[in-house]
Amino acid sequence: MISGVLRGQGRPVAAAAAGGAVGALARWTVGLGLPAAPGTFPLGTFLINVVGCLAIGALVEVLTTRPSNPLLRPFLATGVLGGFTTFSTYAVDVAHLLLAGHPGTGLLYLAGTLLAALAATWAGRGAVRWFR
Amino acid sequence: MVPLMVVLGAAVGAPARYLTDRLVQSRHTTGFPWGTFTVNVVGSFVLGVVTGAAASPWVTALVGTGFCGALTTYSTFGWETIHLSRPQAALNAVGSVAAGLGAAALGLAVGAHP
Repeated sequence: MISGVLRGQGRPVAAAAAGGAVGALARWTVGLGLPAAPGTFPLGTFLINVVGCLAIGALVEVLTTRPSNPLLRPFLATGVLGGFTTFSTYAVDVAHLLLAGHPGTGLLYLAGTLLAALAATWAGRGAVRWFR
Repeated sequence: MVPLMVVLGAAVGAPARYLTDRLVQSRHTTGFPWGTFTVNVVGSFVLGVVTGAAASPWVTALVGTGFCGALTTYSTFGWETIHLSRPQAALNAVGSVAAGLGAAALGLAVGAHP
């Protein structure tokens, strides 16, 4: 069953790996410019996740409504945007803030990222539908 | 060397997410995004361990920023959530955040006291 899932996946896997490397390097670069001081709102990761969600909402709407190279989605969506955005840094930063005695900032970051990211995804999709 | 570590970790993490998602989604028929849920919770735990253990800058870049950052995703989580029915979207949003936060806190504790 596992081999069936993996069969013929060489090209999309390579596309996801290449895109993921590009996205993660971009995320690391943003982190250099906007480092999060301990106990403060992680603005860099917040912006990364919201911008990445805006982009994926628009991108997948475009890719699913017009003919395109089948490797574009694994490269751009799974790879670049998946590697750019991150759930693990979000979760660890929220845990750090809550455990280190900054419950207000932690809860603001927790809820703020969730709401802004979902709204951005919806807005990205809506923008493509609006201008089509 | 740190950016190279980030690239190497992400070049493994992103395809691992792609393949895990295919594998998990092939094993149920509910339409619920368990694949993304799985990688986000596992990645949050591993990053918690790396962070809690105060690993070296190279290990943090390779395993934390690179692998865990690319294994997990907010963009696919967001895209899948807005395409679910309203009750399922709420369940995925609250469930992913709660499970990811719990996994991160557990990882921090395990990393600090192995």
